[in-house]
Amino acid sequence: MYSYSEFDTAFLAERNRQFRAQVERRISGALTEDEFKPLRLMNGLYLQLHAYMLRVAIPYGTLSSAKMRKLADIAERWDKGYGHFTTRQNIQYNWPELKDVPDMLDALAEVGMHAIQTSGNTIRNVTADHFAGAAADEIADPRPVAELLRQWSTDHPEFQFMPRKFKIAITGSPNDRAVTKAHDIGIRMVERDGVRGYEIIVGGGLGRTPMIGKVINDFLPEADLLPYLEAIVSVWNQIGRRDNKYKARIKITVHEHGIDEIRRLVEERFVETRKAFSGVDQQMLREIEGHFAPPAFVQADTAPYTQALQHYPAFRAWTDTNVTEHRDADHAIVTISLKKHGETPGDASAAQMRLIANLAETYGYDEIRISHEQNVILPHVHKASLPSIYSALKAEGLATANIGLISDIIACPGMDYCALATARSIPIAQEIATAFDDLKREHDIGQLKIKISGCINACGHHHVGHIGILGLDRAGVENYQITLGGDHTEQAKVGDRVGPGFSADEVVPAVERIVDTYLELRSDEDEAFIDTYRRTGLAPFKAALYPETKVAAE
Amino acid sequence: MPKAFTPKVVTANHLLAGDVIYQTADGWTRKLEEAEVLTDEADADLRLIEASQQVDEVVGAYLADVAVEDGKPVPTHFREDFRAKGPSNYAHGKQVELQ
Repeated sequence: MYSYSEFDTAFLAERNRQFRAQVERRISGALTEDEFKPLRLMNGLYLQLHAYMLRVAIPYGTLSSAKMRKLADIAERWDKGYGHFTTRQNIQYNWPELKDVPDMLDALAEVGMHAIQTSGNTIRNVTADHFAGAAADEIADPRPVAELLRQWSTDHPEFQFMPRKFKIAITGSPNDRAVTKAHDIGIRMVERDGVRGYEIIVGGGLGRTPMIGKVINDFLPEADLLPYLEAIVSVWNQIGRRDNKYKARIKITVHEHGIDEIRRLVEERFVETRKAFSGVDQQMLREIEGHFAPPAFVQADTAPYTQALQHYPAFRAWTDTNVTEHRDADHAIVTISLKKHGETPGDASAAQMRLIANLAETYGYDEIRISHEQNVILPHVHKASLPSIYSALKAEGLATANIGLISDIIACPGMDYCALATARSIPIAQEIATAFDDLKREHDIGQLKIKISGCINACGHHHVGHIGILGLDRAGVENYQITLGGDHTEQAKVGDRVGPGFSADEVVPAVERIVDTYLELRSDEDEAFIDTYRRTGLAPFKAALYPETKVAAE
Repeated sequence: MPKAFTPKVVTANHLLAGDVIYQTADGWTRKLEEAEVLTDEADADLRLIEASQQVDEVVGAYLADVAVEDGKPVPTHFREDFRAKGPSNYAHGKQVELQ
């Protein structure tokens, strides 16, 4: 894992000192809110519906046990004892008081963390495959590149006041778990004739105008990455629209100019940016790679694991859903569900964070990841340790066996917390998860991803949910639009809107009708919801959701 | 024809705590039922200007619609209802603090 250099530490200390003084001036009245707002946003501090919210960056979703413990301490000391993990692999504290935020930032700095560029029109936290460094299907660990991008983009003088925010995601695996096609820039590590390079995707994004990204360069040499990305951001920074915030993201720029013209402009700019990169970036990348060397995987008997599988059905059910193949045959990747039925998706208490930290330290080579699906990953666990981990998780309410199932729901904070929201997300997620748990149907239903956003900004990724739910305000009443067939993977697709929205009370029955229709239509138990949907299209689901429309048409 | 003025309260977030506050005749309260109900448009505009000038105490003051029931203001929109009560997923925030 990357450790801060003296430069990093000094930079952060100076930023925190500046922000402390800015907060003091705001409290004294020397700064107005209009003057203070851009300063607090640069440091991840929002003012939400009921309180301030501090968004802390978790670069590429990677944490150590020390960092996780610090997040727990902060939750307990300055918040209400919990934190909310987000679809950007970050953590948000929902209840800090303004005067405490400088102390929170100093506490974060003690473990090399910060909240810089988690807001504002800057390059945000770079996200990555949450199985990075552990996945069996990986070409290379994308995190060293993600760290290089973090260093390049943090406080980059050219990119502090851009037309809008800018999000980058990277994966080292052909199976895209990082939603790269729905980012401003998506980077896929690829191999061609034994040589590694990058496929660069540009102009993806969700929100008001969802777009699947387009390939701007199908094989970028490794050494050209930073100058090429700098060229892309630089071109957009110049021609991206600043007249209308809803048309400012690069997806609109690519849409309006066309990918071929954007490619031409980027290539032209690249001629200039390339000269500025003398190779120091590649030297830095080599140094960073040293921080991400894989742990020395222990050799041990896996018998405790195979015995537990035979004797404990609940443990077996948990391994079926929450354990993924590791690149080392005797190891496994554990996904800890933060989606216990009826609980708030993505929330973890301080006690839960500490348990996860302890487990990572004891059994997991001190490595933790946060997924964009709002769960926590122990990326390297020897299989012999799985029974002990399961027992410990169970005691803390963290052993829910539902990863990838209908109750493993992404939900943004919605109108329970967010000032931008138009409806609530969390209660809808809670009701769906509880309803399907009561019926004990979710294992029969199989892989099905529900994603819920409480407004059109789509923080809950509803466009790429197999079932997407968007909460809106319709004449002063919460109303939910449903989309079907969205996909966040390498086959990324924006879901199809089924028709008129549903009231809050109608959402669970509507999801049940969708699921019943799928169960009737699927060719066999192995055909997942998304595959059935791709085969049949929207029509049978629409007929099930709006039977009166069918009658009217007949 | 201009739209008839409906009852309002001045609401904002508290600068230090960030929580929801409402203007009373002589200060601020965290309870909507204690808020001053404004039924005259010119008066409401004036009270909002006064609130907005308190830059070292409040943030983002605005006029929120209310209905008056039993002489007390109640929200007319679900957003204001949530602001008055706190989040629905945990029994903390206003639900607990105002009991």
